[in-house]
Amino acid sequence: MSKIKKSEMDKEQTIIMSGNYASAWGAKCSRVKAISAYPITPQTTVVEKLADFVDGGELDARYVKVESEHSVMASLVGSSMTGARSFTATSGQGLLYMTEMLHWVSSSRLPIVTTIASRGIAPPWNIWAEYTDILSIRDCGWIIQFASTHQEIFDSVLMSYKIAENQGVMLPYFIVYGGFTQSHTSKPVRIPPQKEIDAFLPPPPEKGWSHLNLDPENPVTFGNLLMPQQEYLDFRFLIHDSMVKSKKIIQKTIKEFKKSFKRDYSGLAENYKCNDADVVLISYGALAEQSKIAVDELRKEGKKVGLFKLRYIRPFPNEELVKLFNSDVKVIGIADQGTAFGNPTGGPISTEVMSLLRQSNRKIKVLPYVWGLGGRDVTVDEQIRVFHQLIQLKNKNEYPTDDTFQHGTVWMGLKTGA
Amino acid sequence: MVTVSELIKTESNKPELFQAGSSACAGCASILALRWALKALGPKTVVIAPASCANVYIGIWPKASSAVPYINMAFAAGASAASGVVAGYEALGKKDINVLTWAGDGGTVDIGIQALSGAIERSTNFIYACYDNEGYMNTGTQRSSSTPKHTKTTTTPFGKGMHKKDIAQIVAAHDIPYVATCVATDPQEIYNIFSEAKQIQGSKFIHILSPCAPGWRFAASKTTELGDLAVKTGFFLLWKQVNGELIVHKRTQKYLDKKKRLPIEAYLSEQGRFGDLNQEQIQDLQNWVDRRCEKLARQL
Ligand SMILES: Cc1ncc(C[n+]2csc(CCOP(=O)(O)OP(=O)(O)O)c2C)c(N)n1
Ligand code: SF4
Ligand SMILES: [Mg+2]
Repeated sequence: MSKIKKSEMDKEQTIIMSGNYASAWGAKCSRVKAISAYPITPQTTVVEKLADFVDGGELDARYVKVESEHSVMASLVGSSMTGARSFTATSGQGLLYMTEMLHWVSSSRLPIVTTIASRGIAPPWNIWAEYTDILSIRDCGWIIQFASTHQEIFDSVLMSYKIAENQGVMLPYFIVYGGFTQSHTSKPVRIPPQKEIDAFLPPPPEKGWSHLNLDPENPVTFGNLLMPQQEYLDFRFLIHDSMVKSKKIIQKTIKEFKKSFKRDYSGLAENYKCNDADVVLISYGALAEQSKIAVDELRKEGKKVGLFKLRYIRPFPNEELVKLFNSDVKVIGIADQGTAFGNPTGGPISTEVMSLLRQSNRKIKVLPYVWGLGGRDVTVDEQIRVFHQLIQLKNKNEYPTDDTFQHGTVWMGLKTGA
Repeated sequence: MVTVSELIKTESNKPELFQAGSSACAGCASILALRWALKALGPKTVVIAPASCANVYIGIWPKASSAVPYINMAFAAGASAASGVVAGYEALGKKDINVLTWAGDGGTVDIGIQALSGAIERSTNFIYACYDNEGYMNTGTQRSSSTPKHTKTTTTPFGKGMHKKDIAQIVAAHDIPYVATCVATDPQEIYNIFSEAKQIQGSKFIHILSPCAPGWRFAASKTTELGDLAVKTGFFLLWKQVNGELIVHKRTQKYLDKKKRLPIEAYLSEQGRFGDLNQEQIQDLQNWVDRRCEKLARQL
C-alpha cells in the first residue's frame, strides 16, 4: 500500500514544479497501477519522478523499466488488459518508435494515458518544442489534447482517465505539451486533496474492462484474424464513432471537473475574444496561450482580433470551428507548430481546419503559418506582426511578399527561402 | 517426471485446453506442443502469441481453439506484452496465473530478441516458449536467423549461407533460473518441462524444435519421425540449465558419442528444404553438429 500522507489526503497543496513533474503528479494522484517508461529528453524527469514516487512508497504501482519504447507500449497493453490503470510518458523519437503499438492500444480499446513532452524530429537532432511527433501519428485512434499551462497538465491527467475509461469512449489518451518551454520551466501547481481526487476519479472496475479482461476464469481470445467480408470494417468504424461521440463525454468531464475543483477548461477549443473579431488566429499549445497577450495588445488599439485555441485535435472540434466560420470573422490565420511535408499547406492542422471551411457559406480568407519549429522562439511581438499580416490581408487583400511566404504558407523565420 | 501411462490416467479425463477448430496445417508439430504445454500449465494460464502461425492456427474469428485467454500480439512484443500482463496482475494482487508467451523463431530470435532479453533481464515471472520451425512460415517460408545453413527458403532460393543462431545459449547466458530445450513431437517431455517450469519463480525459457511439413517439405505423416531424427543425429541438442546447473538429457547424452549418432544425412534426406545438397554441404552441416556435440560433451 502506498503511504499517502494524511495532509495530502485532506488538504490542497500548492507546489512549484516543472511541467514534467505536473505530469508525474497527475499520474500519482490518479493512482495509476502500472507504469512502463523509457527515458528520452525532454520527458526524462517525468519517469525519474515516477520512480521516486514508486520506490519511495508514495505510489502503489508496478513500474516496468523496459528496454525500448516499443516495449513500453506493449507492456502497457499487457497491464491494461488485466484492468490496471496504466501510464507512460514519452517524446519525439520515442513516440515514433511506439507507432505500431499505438495502433495496438486503440484497436484493443485500452484506456491508457500518455503524456508527451513534444520535441523536434531528427535528423538533425533537435530536442526542443515542436509538435511534429504527435501530429505525425494523429490518426492512430488516440484522443489528443494539448495542455498549455502546468496546471492544465496536472488537471488533464485526472480528467483523461475519467474520459478514456468511460464505457462510451474506451480509447487511449495523449496529453501534449512543449519540450523545455513547458517540461522544464517551473510554475505553481495546485494539487487538490487526494480525497477529492479519489471522489472525482474512482478506480477502474474491479472486474477489468468489460470488453477485454485477461481472466482465466472467463477466457477470451483477442485479435484473431478476420476475413475481408467479416466485421473488420465495423470494428474500425466503431473506433471513429467512439472518438466522435467522446466529445460529449469530454465536455461533461470538464464540467464535472469545474464543479469539483473550480477550474474551467472551456471545452474542445477555447474562444478568446473571437465573438466580434474579424481577424482570428487559430493555434494550439503554449504558443496559442501566449497569443492571448498579442490579442490584448491589439485590442487596446481597437483592432478586432481574437484567438481560437484548439485544445483537442482528436476528436477534432468541427462544430466549434464551423460556429467560428459563421461569425463575423473575415480572415483566419492558422499556425502549426509542426510539419506535414507535401500536404496542401505544409502544416497538418491548417489543412484540417481548411477542410471544414466548405461547411460554412461565408467567404473567409485563410493564411496558414508554420512557426516555432525545433524550439524556434516565437515572441509576442512576432505574434503581433502575424496579426498585422492578417489585418493587411483583410483590408487590402494583400498576402505577404517576403521570402517567408512559400507555397501559400508563411514559414515564420525562414532564413534560406526556396 | 510423469510417465506416459500416468499421463494417460491423469490427463484423459480433464477438459482439453486446446480444442478442435484450429486452422493449422496437417502434421503441425507446433499445435501438438501447445496442446501439451497447456495440459501441464492448466486452466489458470494466459497466452500471449506474437505474430506467427500461432496467430492463424488459433482459429479465424469468431472461432478459437483456445480454452484459456489467448491474445494475438504484435510481432516484436511477445515478451514485453507479457511483462505488462505480469505487472498488471502483480499490481492488482492477482496470484497464481501462469503467463505464457508462445512465439515462433522469427518472433524470438529476430524481431523479438530485444524485448525477450529485456524481459528476462528484469526477471519477469513468466514462461517464454519459442516453437522453432526454423523460418517465417506464416509469411510463406522465408529465412530467419534460426534457419539452418544450406536450407532453401523463399528468400534463400539457393540455400542459406550461415548457421542457425543458438537462441537457447543466448538466453542461458542471461543466467535465468530455467532454460530447457525439447522437440515438439515428444508430448511427454513437453508436459514434464512445462510442469517443471511452472513451479519456478522468475523467467523461464523453453526452446522447442517444431517440425513443419509445408515449410520443411516432408510428408505430414512424418512429423514425429523428423523430431526424433533431429535428436538422434545430434542436430538438435536436448539440455536444460536449472539455476545455473547444466543437465544434458539422457537421450542427447547418448548421441554426444559420435559412434552412436546417426549421420546428419539421415535427417536431411527426409526434407525437401535440404534437397540437392552436395557432399561438401552435407559435410559442412555434419561438422557443425560434431562441433556442437563436442562442445556440449566438454561441459559435462
Ligand atoms: C512488425 C512486423 N513485421 C512483419 C510482420 C509479418 N510477419 C508476420 S508473421 C511473420 C513470420 C513469423 O515467423 P515466426 O516467428 O518464425 O513464426 P512462424 O510463422 O514460423 O510460426 C512475419 C514476418 C509482422 N506481422 N509485423
Ligand atoms: S506452416 Fe508449419 S508451423 Fe505453421 S501451421 Fe503449418 S505446419 Fe504448423
Ligand atoms: Mg518460424
